[in-house]
Amino acid sequence: MFAVENGLQGDPRLKAISDAIRVVPHFPKTGIMFQDITTLLLDPVAFKHVVDIFVDRYKHMNISLVAGVEARGFIFGPPIALAIGAKFVPLRKPGKLPGRVLSEEYELEYGSDRLEMSVEAVKSDERALIIDDLVATGGTLSASINLLERAGAEVVECACVVGLPKFKGQCKLKGKPLYVLVEPREFDDITLYN
Amino acid sequence: MSGNKEEEDPRINGIKTKIRVVPDFPKKGIMFQDITTVLLDPKAFKDTIDLFVERYRDKNISVVAGIEARGFIFGPPIALAIGAKFVPLRKPKKLPGETIFEEYELEYGNDRLEMHIGAVEAGDRALVVDDLIATGGTLCAAINLLERVGEEVVECACVIELPELKGRQRLKGKPLCMLVEYR
Repeated sequence: MFAVENGLQGDPRLKAISDAIRVVPHFPKTGIMFQDITTLLLDPVAFKHVVDIFVDRYKHMNISLVAGVEARGFIFGPPIALAIGAKFVPLRKPGKLPGRVLSEEYELEYGSDRLEMSVEAVKSDERALIIDDLVATGGTLSASINLLERAGAEVVECACVVGLPKFKGQCKLKGKPLYVLVEPREFDDITLYN
Repeated sequence: MSGNKEEEDPRINGIKTKIRVVPDFPKKGIMFQDITTVLLDPKAFKDTIDLFVERYRDKNISVVAGIEARGFIFGPPIALAIGAKFVPLRKPKKLPGETIFEEYELEYGNDRLEMHIGAVEAGDRALVVDDLIATGGTLCAAINLLERVGEEVVECACVIELPELKGRQRLKGKPLCMLVEYR
């Protein structure tokens, strides 16, 4: 579900957020129009809009845990967690988290990767939000949902700044709702900064 | 904040007690300072950010640079609170646009830190944030990157310092602010 479909139609903040994202063609490989959110982070007003929209949505949903996917989920997750009084849980590449971890494998275009979470992260009766910068195939978010559910948490929603148009409407990931702020930008000369 | 015990803010002890020390990670002999347990306590995490924000909000900081990946957890909340830009300093090949890099030494071999070109304007006042300072190699690389594009690095901010590794002396004369020492 996109923000425009759910009460934010015409909200000027969404255009400001979209305009602040830079498209880098053919990164990391030919054919991919990479949605670069680092330019959004250079715009404190637009960055704050992202956090404010997510905080407004989640502050009354009784979320006790915000999980962020390494590494760009680490940028958006903590400000949301802090504002709604939830804990922040980093979901990491293999071998980075000390102590006992749960590990979940997911598919890449070629091969697979793993995501890990500390077993200490989830207590009983947790309501969790998962954050990443962008959702494309949904593979990483699905792995994240699995990790949290295996630890006994209830995943309330997944949230991303950018999402492919296929996630409009009631599209769900493993039965969980998905909330997205903007669609990917098209590449044009204006999106490159000097 | 950084070291005078008589003036220590009462919030600091609350943060210190939440840090988990994990022996022999990532290898034997290292006492790993795990800050993820601080993040599991909303009050301790908020106190950490508040302490830095209180220090920096009137210092005209226009850029907060965070070192991948744990600097990405602490840097953005500080940047948002003080109205500064956030600049991620990343491992090689993660940033999509044109970058500059700085090499730094590891125990065995080297690694690189990268920054986007054009991210910041010369004359910006910058803060560098990471969770921990050990030898200071990564922070020194970060300072170099920012100075190469004309930034003035005002200070480095870390939650934890390992003073015995003397990282503080490798910051090209820049001051360090830390909350908790581990000896």
